[in-house]
Amino acid sequence: MIRKHGPWIILTIAGALAFAVIATARGEHVNALWVIVAAVATYLIAYRYYSLYIARTVMQLDPGRPTPAVRRNDGLDYVPTNRNVLFGHHFAAIAGAGPLVGPVLAAQMGYLPGLLWILAGVVVAGAVQDFMVLFISMRRDGRSLGELIRSEMGPVPGTIALFGAFMIMVIILAVLALIVVRALAGSPWGLFTVAATMPIAVLMGLYTRYLRPGAVGEVSVLGVIGLIAAILYGQHVAQTPALAAIFTLTPIQLCWLLIGYGAVASVLPVWLLLAPRDYLSTFLKIGAITALAIGIAIMGPPLKMPALSKFIDGSGPVWSGALFPFLFITIACGAVSGFHALIASGTTPKLIASEGDARFIGYGGMLMESFVAVMALVAASILDPAIYFTMNSPAALIGTTPQSAAAAVTAMGFPIQPGMIAETARQVGEASIISRTGGAPTLAVAMAQIFSHVIGGKAMMAFWYHFAILFEALFILTAVDAGTRAGRFMLQDLIGLAVPRFRDPSAIGPGIVATGLCVAAWGYFLHQGVTDPLGGVNTLWPLFGISNQMLAAVALTLATVVIFRMKRQAHAWVTIVPALWLVACTVSAGLLKLFSADPKVGFLSHASRFSAALAEGEVLAPAKTAGEMSRIILNDRVDAALCALFILVVVSIATYGVRACMAAARTDKWTAREVPPLLAAAE
Amino acid sequence: MDGTGSAPTARGGGMMPKALWHGLLTGLRMARQSARLMVGLPDYQAYVDHVRAHHPERTPMTRAQFFRDRQQARYGSGGGRCC
Repeated sequence: MIRKHGPWIILTIAGALAFAVIATARGEHVNALWVIVAAVATYLIAYRYYSLYIARTVMQLDPGRPTPAVRRNDGLDYVPTNRNVLFGHHFAAIAGAGPLVGPVLAAQMGYLPGLLWILAGVVVAGAVQDFMVLFISMRRDGRSLGELIRSEMGPVPGTIALFGAFMIMVIILAVLALIVVRALAGSPWGLFTVAATMPIAVLMGLYTRYLRPGAVGEVSVLGVIGLIAAILYGQHVAQTPALAAIFTLTPIQLCWLLIGYGAVASVLPVWLLLAPRDYLSTFLKIGAITALAIGIAIMGPPLKMPALSKFIDGSGPVWSGALFPFLFITIACGAVSGFHALIASGTTPKLIASEGDARFIGYGGMLMESFVAVMALVAASILDPAIYFTMNSPAALIGTTPQSAAAAVTAMGFPIQPGMIAETARQVGEASIISRTGGAPTLAVAMAQIFSHVIGGKAMMAFWYHFAILFEALFILTAVDAGTRAGRFMLQDLIGLAVPRFRDPSAIGPGIVATGLCVAAWGYFLHQGVTDPLGGVNTLWPLFGISNQMLAAVALTLATVVIFRMKRQAHAWVTIVPALWLVACTVSAGLLKLFSADPKVGFLSHASRFSAALAEGEVLAPAKTAGEMSRIILNDRVDAALCALFILVVVSIATYGVRACMAAARTDKWTAREVPPLLAAAE
Repeated sequence: MDGTGSAPTARGGGMMPKALWHGLLTGLRMARQSARLMVGLPDYQAYVDHVRAHHPERTPMTRAQFFRDRQQARYGSGGGRCC
């Protein structure tokens, strides 16, 4: 007993000690390493005990049962893969910009609420969802989430889920593109380096297509050298007025460029731009995350953000709304991300060599992503909070000059001198850091502080800042391009329900129509965000969070239904608890976004305030003309409709889920539709 | 793990360094495989072995064909990546 659990008792004590230090520090800065210790201890204990319980009791994993990779091994799509190798693949597929941005935005309430939600959320909801979906798909030949819902819950919920997944795609693409716009507007150095990735990627594509097919490692090394050269030359661009003028664009110009880019890039052959840039963004992402972990460990920075800020009442400038439910919407990825259900029912279940590996990959992979979110939260919290609020408050609130921003942020209770704002901008090589909303620039400033502490000192800060911006923009652009393609196929599937001719994935006409519709859909929301006087992140990020949590609720409902159909309903609380929590969060956040009387939160009250003013012939700031007033009203109504749609998806899937569970409880035999364990190998 | 750091041959290939060296090589090989799989490229040799063992009548794709086939399979269909 002691031999078996002794080390875990010590680990529990260490974790509890770290939490005690974090929770009791008053007036002093807590060292970030305590947060890391608390997080890692939580992960290890949850993995050792809770995921083992799920694996043994709920799923009853059988390492001897042939997985899809074993039964259908073709050396291509189905390949039994070493668990460590597969872990890296799965982690790279689930971790993107989400876990980096959400925690940065959530830091406006202080680091403690975000930290507690990330840790509790991942253990009870996020990792459970990923693990369960992986398990369900693995027992069904690696089929996708939509197919799984169709076969276990029926065709109608299957179609609703498919539609929900498409809407998430649209919102994700819009919000990611918005983050790029906010990071690159008015930044010639940043825009030049990001623009340079395109010719670099095309050269890499030609190299791997014609010169050395398959030499991915080699071409990636060449590509990274190209990227570093681009960052170094970018400084020259920014300092040469004639060149800087070419690469200094307004948000609206960048918005149209991105929409055009999305439309063109998503129909180019994949080997030319998408694939080679994905090599760069994937390897850079893994490298930068590893470097961030090492950097934090070496530097051991103190957290300057308070544990709880006064903005937990919902009056914060970064996003509006009180702690419940909006914190749980703001941090989606890192705590629980519905999007992972698409990955866990995608390539990963086709590569698992043994059922016993699913726990390490499904549950463990999500813990790893959660750790990335904790690092992002730490990074945002080591900044001077005044700098944080200067960067993340909309210009409508703090103005655009160091003087106005310093006065406004000081009035918020975070004293700062104008000189300090200008100095920080100079250090990172930017014209201004005021209102660089969207999270990416904030993270980049923090990463520049951490990296330059380890390598290069102050002189290297500007380089590291632009390295961090490049790393984020690179994988966001890859996601825009790949996401538009994925959205296109989802849309073709959906339209194909009514017009079967649309189904054919190789047909040119339907392909172009679906691509156009997809780009128009996310382009609309991007344009809305870019022209939004409050910065857009304010509106779009909650929509993204609601949609992502909505899909998680759908996935957990599916998991609950499957547990009931396996006649193991005594253990179904494992998925019912997080599913209920997510339904509560998404529905209440959705209802507040719809009906809150506070125009800062509710779309409809905002719309009626503006339409009342318009009827009086008034023009309310920030609109300058009656036309702008009407556009704001239209945007509000579109957002409200979208919110209503998300609520409808959640509520209808939950209803179908309850009915399916009741039906399963009434019968006394197993009704889940697994592939039988002893089916002979297919080929 | 005794921190001598140098290649095992420097110590005449004793048990520990040899095991360490072997572990290091295995780790590097797995990291390389994992990195390739991240961008959709499974192990080519495993594919060839599979075709030879199970479908002797077929000719396996060449390395270049295999690369192009997998690239199209991963990126052509869209999905496979998260936010």
